[in-house]
Amino acid sequence: MELVEAIILAVLAASTPLLIAATGELVTERSGVLNLGVEGMMIVGAACGFAGAWLTGSIFIGALFGMVAGTLMSLIFALMALGLAVNQVATGLALTILGVGLSGLIGAGFVGERITPAMHLHIPVLTDIPLIGRVLFGEDGFVYFSVALIVGVWWFLYRTRAGLILRACGDNHASAHALGYPVLRIRTFAVMFGGACAGLAGAYLPLAYTPFFVPGMTAGRGWIALALVVFSSWRPGRLVVGAYLFGAVTILQLHAQGWGVGIPSQFMSALPYLATVLVLVLLSRARSGGSTAPAALGTVFVPDR
Amino acid sequence: MRKSLLALTAGLLLAGNISAASAADKLKVGFVYVGPIGDLGWTYQHDLGRQALVKELGDKIETTYLENVPEGPDAERSIEQLVRAGNKLIFTTSFGYMDSTLKVAKKYPNVHFEHATGYKRNPNMSTYSAKWYQGRYIQGLIAAKMSKSGVVGYIGSFPIPEVVSGINATMLAAQTINPDIKVKIIWANTWFDPGKEADAAKALIDQGADVIMQHTDSPAAMQIASERGKLAFGQDSEMIKFGPKTQLTSILDTWGPYYIERVKAELAGTWKSENTWGGLDSHMFAMAPYTNMPDDVKKMAEDAQAAITAGKLHPFKCPIVGQDGKPVECKGGDHLDDGQILGMNFYVKGIDDKLPGK
Repeated sequence: MELVEAIILAVLAASTPLLIAATGELVTERSGVLNLGVEGMMIVGAACGFAGAWLTGSIFIGALFGMVAGTLMSLIFALMALGLAVNQVATGLALTILGVGLSGLIGAGFVGERITPAMHLHIPVLTDIPLIGRVLFGEDGFVYFSVALIVGVWWFLYRTRAGLILRACGDNHASAHALGYPVLRIRTFAVMFGGACAGLAGAYLPLAYTPFFVPGMTAGRGWIALALVVFSSWRPGRLVVGAYLFGAVTILQLHAQGWGVGIPSQFMSALPYLATVLVLVLLSRARSGGSTAPAALGTVFVPDR
Repeated sequence: MRKSLLALTAGLLLAGNISAASAADKLKVGFVYVGPIGDLGWTYQHDLGRQALVKELGDKIETTYLENVPEGPDAERSIEQLVRAGNKLIFTTSFGYMDSTLKVAKKYPNVHFEHATGYKRNPNMSTYSAKWYQGRYIQGLIAAKMSKSGVVGYIGSFPIPEVVSGINATMLAAQTINPDIKVKIIWANTWFDPGKEADAAKALIDQGADVIMQHTDSPAAMQIASERGKLAFGQDSEMIKFGPKTQLTSILDTWGPYYIERVKAELAGTWKSENTWGGLDSHMFAMAPYTNMPDDVKKMAEDAQAAITAGKLHPFKCPIVGQDGKPVECKGGDHLDDGQILGMNFYVKGIDDKLPGK
């Protein structure tokens, strides 16, 4: 029983940064912009988040630092890809390379320092319920926020007028423009939202997951978040399934190795990727055939004035 | 006209700037790192070695390093780049650079190469490594003494001989203290991913391990052990900062003396291709202070260290029984020979795990 609870807790911790970063990228891509710089924005968010928390002693301010840093990074992308209509794929890749270098520079002075990680919620009685107590009432703020975030994004995209307009920009920017919507401004906001989420997801790593900073500590999580968005066919509900499934298989394969099931560890390490791709592809096949990508995804838009 | 102007400028430069001329005479030494120098582990220690080198011979040499160079085809390009930049002695510091280094070495016979932890050599390419399994043996003794649950957690990176020999040395040592000891192994399949290393440590502790050993590079596992009130060993570098009440000891890679020795040989023109595999009796690695353990355990560890250093105790002393229950051929007299240890691809008896790919 305790082991099951421990596994669920580890799964939530491992999934949360993926979920936050992927939620941001989902909104960006729904507006028709493909920003491949998630990894770069995350790692800068990690460096700045740690710096903020170390300097002020507050995890909350650290998280804010991470979000602001991610947003600033995304503004570089917006300037190039939206303002100057540069190729989005190339700009996104460049952003990642820039981010990896920049974070090393920012974080250089903080390597080897440690902070007190984010507090976990504790409600007497409720948190002590066996099995589900700590899972539901004993998490850190990031975990609760990530759930609120994805629910909020779902509501925004499908239940508000602004969300409909954002999706319209992603599906047909020419029509949205003809109807009088400021396509580039809307996309800029979507890119900034994606940047803030990536920054926060990055900050989660040194603030809650492993409370120290080392360069390169995101270790490819930004790329996984990107892949999750594609395989969830740009749907918030499936994104949740994908993120938690990926985290769950990651943790379970480690436990399976510890139990000694005798399956080669290389295969076990590949399992999270295989399982996630398989399940999400099956999900989208079962529901609706064909591609559900925003039609204008990754295409350059230059409004005629 | 243009030619003479160039010649004049060149002449002026040569005459007027002696320091620039002597800077060009300095021996250029290059380093290729697999991780960031701030990884607090493997690459960090190599860079400390480089810094020691600069401190000692800084007036005669100039060093350049490339960090975060992925193993594989990219490495070849990076090594070649160092050659073109005029480096005459190049240290490539990861196992996965082996073939790339050899390829570049064959292409540039006048440049000298030093590859860490590999086994392929060339007249202009040396290899160097350390007998870390000796340190693992000491850690195995401590782990068996300190573990209350009788389960030691081990986070592996990749199932290469260096890591496997470390696991075996740990087990052989632990069995001398507690014949029923269990070593639980989880392969992270990465050298460096703090999050995943932390997850592996959590899984091991959740499954009953109370002493954590790691063969991955970040201090994440140490921190998890510290958070959960368990014990752990550091890796490559001093990690006591991440677990003041947790770290028992750590194997410290100390490359400085070796780098200084090799560069001195290069400067003197006596460099030749060699295979250096230093143990506790050399300066290739050291043990961090023995902490967070009772005095008798500390004494046992110190005694074992002294015995290994003096050559009286060999971690792979025969007879050694393999996982299949059959004794392992003893090629080195009363212990396994270096080749058997360097190419170790079997588990000793008592390890539950199945070696990946076996």
